[in-house]
Amino acid sequence: MTNIMEAQNVKLSYGKFEALHGISLNFPEKQLTALIGPSGCGKSTFLRCLNRMNDDIDNINITGKILLEGKDIYRAKLDLVALRKKVGMVFQQPTPFPFPVYDNVAYGLRVAGVKDKQLIDQRVEESLKQAAIWDETKDNLQRNAQEFSGGQQQRICIARALAVRPEVVLLDEPTSALDPISSAEIEETLMGLKKKYTFIMVTHNLQQASRVSDQVAFLMDGELIESGPTEQMFLAPKKEITSNYLNGRFG
Amino acid sequence: MNSKRNDRIATGVIYLLVGIVILLLVGIIGNILISGVPHLSWHFLTSASSSFEAGGGIRDQLFNSLYLLILTLLISLPIALGAAIYLAEYAKDNWVTQLIRTTIEILSSLPSIVVGLFGYLLFVVQFGLGFSIIAGALALTFFNLPILTSNIEEAIKGVPQTQREAGWALGLSNWKTIRGIVLPAALPGIITGIILSAGRVFGEAAALIYTAGQSGSTVDYSNWNMFSPTSFLNVMRPAETLAVHIWKVNTEGIIPDVTVVSAATSALLVIVVIIFNFGARALGNWLYNRLTAAKIK
Repeated sequence: MTNIMEAQNVKLSYGKFEALHGISLNFPEKQLTALIGPSGCGKSTFLRCLNRMNDDIDNINITGKILLEGKDIYRAKLDLVALRKKVGMVFQQPTPFPFPVYDNVAYGLRVAGVKDKQLIDQRVEESLKQAAIWDETKDNLQRNAQEFSGGQQQRICIARALAVRPEVVLLDEPTSALDPISSAEIEETLMGLKKKYTFIMVTHNLQQASRVSDQVAFLMDGELIESGPTEQMFLAPKKEITSNYLNGRFG
Repeated sequence: MNSKRNDRIATGVIYLLVGIVILLLVGIIGNILISGVPHLSWHFLTSASSSFEAGGGIRDQLFNSLYLLILTLLISLPIALGAAIYLAEYAKDNWVTQLIRTTIEILSSLPSIVVGLFGYLLFVVQFGLGFSIIAGALALTFFNLPILTSNIEEAIKGVPQTQREAGWALGLSNWKTIRGIVLPAALPGIITGIILSAGRVFGEAAALIYTAGQSGSTVDYSNWNMFSPTSFLNVMRPAETLAVHIWKVNTEGIIPDVTVVSAATSALLVIVVIIFNFGARALGNWLYNRLTAAKIK
């Protein structure tokens, strides 16, 4: 199995405070990797390094390498637009733009310079279908995306991320702002999609991690404690601290 | 039981205070409207003001007020929009930004007569613009900029940060995110801000007395040549506005129907400002619905 992304000794500090102490982790292609750990352990920060969303923070310093298909994404002259086209992102809060559903999903394509109306039409439909929101939106494509329910908004955002056909999709606690039914729908959507895309998901919900992920990485205090196949991590973790966390003894 | 009684007293006091405020507002506006509206007539709106005789109108003043307002917005809106985008999106939190903010606060509390005298010295005398619409519009720009800038800045800041991040995550540059996502989302608030500040500009007198002047030159509404001295569009002609007219007829007017003219003009001014305010709300809602529902096509 090939690794589509590889993090090598990634360190990140704000001024003098080091938040990530050298994380090395591989992300196998077309699998879902769950990043888990207590609040403030750096998992979201690490996730946001993977598409360079941390770049604009004051006094930030990132070292180490993050390879996407073998090339360092922190190299000079990297095209950020191209990177973010390959590495999409879905946030904790649904973030539909205040436009119609259609324009939301088409936005990334238009930014990338796609003019062909037919291609956009087709991509919008495909992406909405992949995100399992087509049936609820196909008659309302001109309705404002912000008028839909939270779970529907989140799936529209997933469709928006998928529309540019990314290699990797980063999910930052995508269901923590949603009710259990909407969460279950998003999980189901992800299960269906992981054969086509690579997902890297931050989650606080351990059951969710065990249900949908193929690989789990456990972070604590800015260190990667342990990572491995999901089943192994939950049934026979190598370290006691991992076992304690996964069994709810702290966190 | 004591806390229950205190609660009742507090509620009573609050209702009383609100009642006083409402009574004052209704009293003032009601008084202006009741004494002015009966004198408003088509003749009053469409005839020129007279210098000596009774029966003059306010056609030119009404037009001048609207024209000055439009010019002022044309000048101040681009500047305010740019400044507000800078303050809301680009400015780092340091002493320079603090200084800008303090300056804006001071400017916004500057008495308008000071703005007027400053405009007189700079535009009328120094730049040699004379008493003119353009000098008035520039002075009103000074008067309007601080409020307009902070109104627009608030509207832009009201757009959730997550919207910006979602834009960046789609590969948009900072500017494209602002233009394509943040500004459309902030548009209803921006429109409301513009129209509310327009109401203030429309009713301003002190800043105009020494800049746009107090006399109305002969105006020809069929002359569309902006550079002709008699054209209604000429920006170099002096122009008296509604608010200045009220001030003038009351201080140095020699027309016999001073009270009637000033009452009617005041009523007209209040009505126009009220229309602005309701218009702001309606336009804001309409724009928001259009941007969000987009039921067109």
